[in-house]
Amino acid sequence: MGYTISEKILLAHTDKKAIKPGDFIEAKIDLALGNDITAPLAIQEFKRGGAKLVFDKNKIVLVPDHFAPAKDLNSANQCKILADFAKEQGIKNYFEVGCMGIEHALLPEMGLILPGDLIIGADSHTCTYGTLGCYATGVGSTDLARAFIDGKCWFKVPATIKFIYKGRLNKWVGGKDLILFTIGTIGVDGALDKVMEFSGPVIRNLDIDDRFAMSNMAIEAGGVTGIIEPDRITFGYIKEIPNYKSKLKNLESDKDAYYEKIYEWDVTDLEPQVACPHLPSNVKAVSKLKDIRIDQVVIGSCTNGRISDLRIAAKILKGKKIKSGLRLIIIPATQQIYLQAVKEGLAEIFVKAGGVFSTPTCGPCLGGHMGILTEGEVCLATTNRNFIGRMGSPKSFVYLANPAVAAASAIKGKIIHPQQVIRA
Amino acid sequence: MIIKGKVHKFGDSINTDDIIAAKYLVTTDEQELGKHCMENIAPDLSSRVNKGDIIVAGKNFGCGSSREHAPRALKGCGISAVIAKSFAVIFFRNAINIGLPFLELEEVDKIQDGDLLEIDLASGIIKNVTKNQTYKTLSQFPEFLQEIIKQKGLMNYIKSRYV
Repeated sequence: MGYTISEKILLAHTDKKAIKPGDFIEAKIDLALGNDITAPLAIQEFKRGGAKLVFDKNKIVLVPDHFAPAKDLNSANQCKILADFAKEQGIKNYFEVGCMGIEHALLPEMGLILPGDLIIGADSHTCTYGTLGCYATGVGSTDLARAFIDGKCWFKVPATIKFIYKGRLNKWVGGKDLILFTIGTIGVDGALDKVMEFSGPVIRNLDIDDRFAMSNMAIEAGGVTGIIEPDRITFGYIKEIPNYKSKLKNLESDKDAYYEKIYEWDVTDLEPQVACPHLPSNVKAVSKLKDIRIDQVVIGSCTNGRISDLRIAAKILKGKKIKSGLRLIIIPATQQIYLQAVKEGLAEIFVKAGGVFSTPTCGPCLGGHMGILTEGEVCLATTNRNFIGRMGSPKSFVYLANPAVAAASAIKGKIIHPQQVIRA
Repeated sequence: MIIKGKVHKFGDSINTDDIIAAKYLVTTDEQELGKHCMENIAPDLSSRVNKGDIIVAGKNFGCGSSREHAPRALKGCGISAVIAKSFAVIFFRNAINIGLPFLELEEVDKIQDGDLLEIDLASGIIKNVTKNQTYKTLSQFPEFLQEIIKQKGLMNYIKSRYV
């Protein structure tokens, strides 16, 4: 029996000769990530563990992005814990406000994520990096503390579910719609404890930002990670990283690898998808939603805050005004994306349309700051979760969609198909 | 180890935003986190829980974010164990790593809010004292995870390995 790409990566990071799904293993990790919510707890545990020095100061990344720029005094304290620890330990991959971006957009951009790597992050959306053909998964703060100490982590080797997408995507349909459709079909525990491996001709033609949006939401189906075998698009994206050489020669799943399940879909007729409150699996085609009035639109997050997302939104908003009384909040995921959006004139389009253009932050996605909802309010967001109270009041409502649907809906003040405001 | 407590019953896919909302993630203090446990879906839970009580839920318990604050909030609230049909993957590891006992059980539907349970962690036998029923957990942990649980968390386990 052969191995899937995920099993190959896990095996290469252990001292074992063979592994199989269900095995518990300890593996050496290539990178450990924490943020302003999870790292303070990890640092507290690291100290409680009696450790003095981290195992490798070059393999730790600290990003204050969730409540940063600090939203209040307590957040400021948490951000300072990261800054102090980075200084004390000589961790160079600490990203202060000004360099900071949303971690899962920032790290790939900085060349810190490479195919074949084993990466843990104390953030559930660490699975995003699977797009680049690495095994990347979310862990807790104590896991992170332990990795700080000895560079290792325990794993249960997951079985893999393969998702094959065939056909051709419609205009205004992208990675976000593919993943929402997938979660809507299999449910929020449809890939519980499993690796999701995305493949097929549609994936091969999907650009890198759309792939990131897919891998990002693997956790929303219970997946451990959402991995894509590296191809010309992957290597095109990382080619600018100097001296890059994969540690693993073969990052393709073997022909005789074991898959617990294989889903195969023709997505030619797929419409833009919308996840309705209060679960990411409560998914409907956009045309099925009638007269859902919205108070706020958020375009950003580790799912859809990348440059191609902003370009799509700008294409729709150019020369138009958003609905009076609606709030449009656009948050580029990193400083580089921010600057690019300014250079290309996208920021101007957003501001002229009546939106706000914010500094990078996770902000409203998790109900942190920069767009909290009060009782009865409805938001359409390009983010990844719509749980009860996720963006503020437990009596508010969050719908999830792609950036085109979000931008178009901001113009009409209700959830619509982008073709209602723009010809393809 | 025997755990005895009253049941607080929840449904499927109880997520980490339910267990502890993100706005409270500006502290690592378990007692403080415990005050706001399940606030969005059961606002009075922390006042109803007596130390040692047990949460029983459906499938996919603890889905969503990686916040370890979630199992810590449960502990801080006085919850001594969680029984569910299945657990989300990161919650599973967090519960082990901080030493919060949890058990997978198919028959959770037989257990009702307010029932008194007695859990024998060593054997995985759950006795429903109120209904006079007995259930057997599905959970079988490999040796090194059992060792982590026995040492009440990963950090104690690591300490014992290196010191």
